[in-house]
Amino acid sequence: MDWPFLIIAGFTIAAAAAAMTLRNLIHCALAVALAFVGLAAAYLQLNAQFVGFAQILVYVGAVAILIVFAALLTRGGEPSQVGIFSKTWLAGLGVALAVLGVLAWAIARSLVTQDQAPPTAEATVKQIGNALMTEYVLPLEVVGLLLTAALIGAVIIAMRDETPNPVVEDGRSKPKSSAKPTSVGGHE
Amino acid sequence: MTGLDQVFVTLKHWLLGQLANILPNGLLPVVSVLLSIAAIIMVFASLFAIMTIMERKGLGRIQNRYGPNRVGPFGFLQPAADGIKALIKEDLVPRAADQVVHLLAPVMLVVPALLVYAVLPVGRNMVAIDFDAGLLFFFAVGAASELAVFMAGWSSRNKYALLGAMRAVAQMVSYEIPLILSTVSVVMLTGTLSPVKIVEAQAGHAGWLPDWFVFTPWGFAGFVLFMIAANAEANRSPFDLPEGESELVAGYFTEYSGFKFALFFLAEYLSLFAVSGLGITLFLGGWQAPFAALDFVPSWAWFFVKLLGLIVLFIWTRGTLPRLRVDQLMNFAWKFMLPLALINLLTAAVWHYMPPGMPRWLVGGALVVGPYLMLGRGLMAGKHISKRTYRYAE
Amino acid sequence: MLGEGIIKGMAETARNFLGSYVSDDRLTTVQYPEERTPQFENARQFPFLVFDGSDPLKGLRCVACQICEKECPPKCIYIVKSKDKRPDYKGQMQLYPVTFDIDLSVCMSCQICVEVCPFESIKMDTAYELSTSDRFGGLLVSKPQLAKPNDHYRKIHPTDAALSDAALAAEVAKAQAKARADAEAKAKVAAEAKAKAAAPNPVAPVVAIA
Repeated sequence: MDWPFLIIAGFTIAAAAAAMTLRNLIHCALAVALAFVGLAAAYLQLNAQFVGFAQILVYVGAVAILIVFAALLTRGGEPSQVGIFSKTWLAGLGVALAVLGVLAWAIARSLVTQDQAPPTAEATVKQIGNALMTEYVLPLEVVGLLLTAALIGAVIIAMRDETPNPVVEDGRSKPKSSAKPTSVGGHE
Repeated sequence: MTGLDQVFVTLKHWLLGQLANILPNGLLPVVSVLLSIAAIIMVFASLFAIMTIMERKGLGRIQNRYGPNRVGPFGFLQPAADGIKALIKEDLVPRAADQVVHLLAPVMLVVPALLVYAVLPVGRNMVAIDFDAGLLFFFAVGAASELAVFMAGWSSRNKYALLGAMRAVAQMVSYEIPLILSTVSVVMLTGTLSPVKIVEAQAGHAGWLPDWFVFTPWGFAGFVLFMIAANAEANRSPFDLPEGESELVAGYFTEYSGFKFALFFLAEYLSLFAVSGLGITLFLGGWQAPFAALDFVPSWAWFFVKLLGLIVLFIWTRGTLPRLRVDQLMNFAWKFMLPLALINLLTAAVWHYMPPGMPRWLVGGALVVGPYLMLGRGLMAGKHISKRTYRYAE
Repeated sequence: MLGEGIIKGMAETARNFLGSYVSDDRLTTVQYPEERTPQFENARQFPFLVFDGSDPLKGLRCVACQICEKECPPKCIYIVKSKDKRPDYKGQMQLYPVTFDIDLSVCMSCQICVEVCPFESIKMDTAYELSTSDRFGGLLVSKPQLAKPNDHYRKIHPTDAALSDAALAAEVAKAQAKARADAEAKAKVAAEAKAKAAAPNPVAPVVAIA
């Protein structure tokens, strides 16, 4: 245990705790972004430049923005008055414990605990690229396909369905515009 | 020759050597880093000042005006007056604003804009950190500024600020893809993500042309795409919708005043210089001289000459083009820039595997011009561009 | 082709940029404190009081009739009449203004005071650099500052001043003619009275009335 790691870990955990406990949804999202930065710092501290920078590029640059936009589009940024603890906290606790168990099992089996020096080979970007394009090309392509499918699915869901007669959004404002009363706001 | 070329490097080493006598050994790396940081901040902040006056005078001349010409000789002390004005202005924060986020946003914007200079080689042996994944660092840190823009817009509690922030983030996310894709071809051919090695790969001369990537078909296309995307990333005209003053007051920094407002401008210009510097590094040979005969000019001078050239180009573009509409902006990004950037990857690969000679140029040129013409026609399809006539006016 | 218009536009702006250094005709900016555009003859900014002769306060044409004060739409004129009288340009005894103030910050340069003045005594000035660092006293312009010689009026509005001078001259001539006629009539009456005294005539009172 060295000081940089302790500082980074403390920072990450504090940010994650803030993300759980803050009342304003946007503040929570910003705290999540901070936690992502902390994780990236942890990767960089382990000399994993590619993963660290990719973490910032993808999570801070894209995922945090996505979260923030989703929060803005769903409802106002007003802090909710209900308690911070969800009603289903028991189920959440169960999931958290399960994840903790898996992680603990993985760590217990890893080289760290077996008193063996881990391979100190520094993973350069070139090596990662070579590995991705040769040994792991199939998983990479599968992941790419999955993401593409998700993207197309999202586009299709978001696409406005073309109905022959225009759907009246608000039944009161234009009662005579269509002959038969259509479902009010049905397609939204 | 090498003396002048390495004058700043030697100066830093000499300073460190002098400081080593006074300071404890453990502090020396810190001092070394601080010296680099101080140099970067001083040089690029003064470049910011120079650019503001150049831009205002240049735009003035483009519009047949004088531009600022009162403060100091020919008005060249105008930035100093502007800076003092910004410093002594009242710092107003809206009562409804989210105080903490509102305060942090301009800082969060300036920090990444300065951080990216760490990997820019501004001269031979003149780079703050020689990262193996420097290019990735540049884009990763640059991506953090989107969140800062959003923070500024959201925390102001102002409809213009929020709309400006939404536009800015949408625009920056959209144009980041062509920006990164246009650099990928360079990474493919050089096989490295380190800016220093990319500059070294462009050394030498092929015939009378230097071996810069911009003098290849794919490099030229990549450079143009990169500069357009950089212009959009920096929210400059014609992509200045996020701060379109005719519709959104000042966009996401509407509710900022005094020095915080100046910080937004500083961050905008700093990121513009940084991304121009990256364009120089990737396509214009970095600090290399264009001809072997001109090698006696110091490498850092070449970098800044090129940077000033690109800045003039940006000012010229800003003085020429009107602002786009949101739909035009998005169509241009997704229906024109993105396909061209993807095709450019193929062009680069074809160029790499064909033997040097005329056929290579023909195939490469065709692969660039053909898609450009076809996508351009697709973009213009259904649009009748003619002189607008008015029925009642005139 | 896509991009053609951009190239054309860039060429145009480049031409403007370089042209502004070559030909001064392109730069239409007037650099104000050093350069000024010539004013139009009918330019108007703020009223002034015309005086004849050399003493500004004694030669004022204003007779304190207060028509301008009443007609002024924003009510920026303040006049105090004198108790005594003094002869005007026709030699007629008239009142004069003891105080004549115009509030610079209220005046809207409408020129109605000039239109209504029957004595050609208030006119519009063309001076436009009227700012002051004293926002209370400095913006209240009083009689000594308002009084300007007729030559000044001739200089700034030559056409109007000529008309005004002609009107005044005509009035003076009319007054003089009337005075002469009156004097003649008086002399006649006196002569007739003298004659009547010599030889009594019953028609004399009718002539006196006429």
